[in-house]
Amino acid sequence: MCLGIPGRVEEIQGTMAKVRFGEMVSRASLDLLPDEVRVGDYVIVHAGFALERLDEVEAEKTLEMLREATGLEIP
Amino acid sequence: MKYLDEYRDRALAEALAGKVRKLSTRQANFMEFCGGHTVTIARYGIESLLPEHIHLLSGPGCPVCVTPIEFVDLIIELSARPGVTVTTYGDMLRVPGSRSSLSLERGRGADVRVVYSSYDALEIASREIDRQVVFFGIGFETTAPATAAAVLRARERGLDNFTVVSAHKTTPGIIRALLETDELSLDGLICPGHVSVITGTAPYRYAAERGVPCVISGFEPLDVLQCVLMLVEQVEQGRSEVEIQYRRGVRAEGNAKARRIMEEVFQPADSNWRGIGTVAGTGLALRPEFKHWDAFYRFRIDLPGAVEPAGCICGKILRGTASPESCALFGRQCTPSSPVGACMVSSEGACQAHYRWRKRTRIN
Repeated sequence: MCLGIPGRVEEIQGTMAKVRFGEMVSRASLDLLPDEVRVGDYVIVHAGFALERLDEVEAEKTLEMLREATGLEIP
Repeated sequence: MKYLDEYRDRALAEALAGKVRKLSTRQANFMEFCGGHTVTIARYGIESLLPEHIHLLSGPGCPVCVTPIEFVDLIIELSARPGVTVTTYGDMLRVPGSRSSLSLERGRGADVRVVYSSYDALEIASREIDRQVVFFGIGFETTAPATAAAVLRARERGLDNFTVVSAHKTTPGIIRALLETDELSLDGLICPGHVSVITGTAPYRYAAERGVPCVISGFEPLDVLQCVLMLVEQVEQGRSEVEIQYRRGVRAEGNAKARRIMEEVFQPADSNWRGIGTVAGTGLALRPEFKHWDAFYRFRIDLPGAVEPAGCICGKILRGTASPESCALFGRQCTPSSPVGACMVSSEGACQAHYRWRKRTRIN
């Protein structure tokens, strides 16, 4: 129920965006987003609303922490 | 897919689990609040990778599971009224009420429609102005702002054939209530990732102050394993703080805009949690200035009394004090195709997750 999916913003029209999840594209409202997003950004979409922009820098940091914690290379 | 696949790597998962096994010396009960985490843990066999003295308990964070039976009965009653169209998320359709479910009523001719988003319900109301469209809103802080946004838009458009039944719930009060019961001893909270996208770290500070480590986790297997590792580190070091594992999605301050929209439309209300009981201030009711879009006001209805099915121990499972396997109905009278309690209806319910995935014990 509270599972948001990360998707890539493909197109923005007003407050609606087309967001790609792998092979699937669906529409999401941007009404709840605190900041502006651009085409190419990744957002967490839940029940038709983008809830947050995914932070690429933090995503990299998490992977880096995982690599450090395990001493393994990230694929 | 980006931001998904890299968090499902098997070798990394095994290495992370190895780190947990090496570091962990103390017995620990960690509760995952969110049904999404319950699914990840069951599906990828996370528990089987952890030392035996670490126990993962399911919590009350499956919205379908904790929506009380009287709401289902009320919506069914509304769906029987002439001219009424009931709209809701697909998860709610098969939840048994006292006598029936929305899915059964639809089969008998009631106009019940599944929507993906609250705005879809609003669009139906705009298109079919001769219908009274009722949106049955369930869920935590992830979906409540979406319901609020639809109400604001209905007001903006002057739509008077759209109303909401709010069964929405909020997290801070229920976490507090869980910690205040004597029947549960918790050593850590796996905090819900997408609720926290909205709320930030605020709901968990109370738990951390009471000595319970809290880590906000993402939903992929590596996220959950890293979260467990972070909890174990806190336990071993005698710390109890609110930390964020899911840094790519969650900011400490949360999403203030979504919260503002939610607070503009809703006010806190007492709320009945299926199997747990009424917890003060954990529900969301429409504010009086939005009563025009409140189905309770529009249809002059009130929640009926209801009785839980006999033998079902969903309540204990939602409080983390019993496992699905300890229920006499589990896998016999109660299965996903013929569920007795809500924990077996929802794909994120502890019972259905255990039923579907319990034989899987390895990553991938």
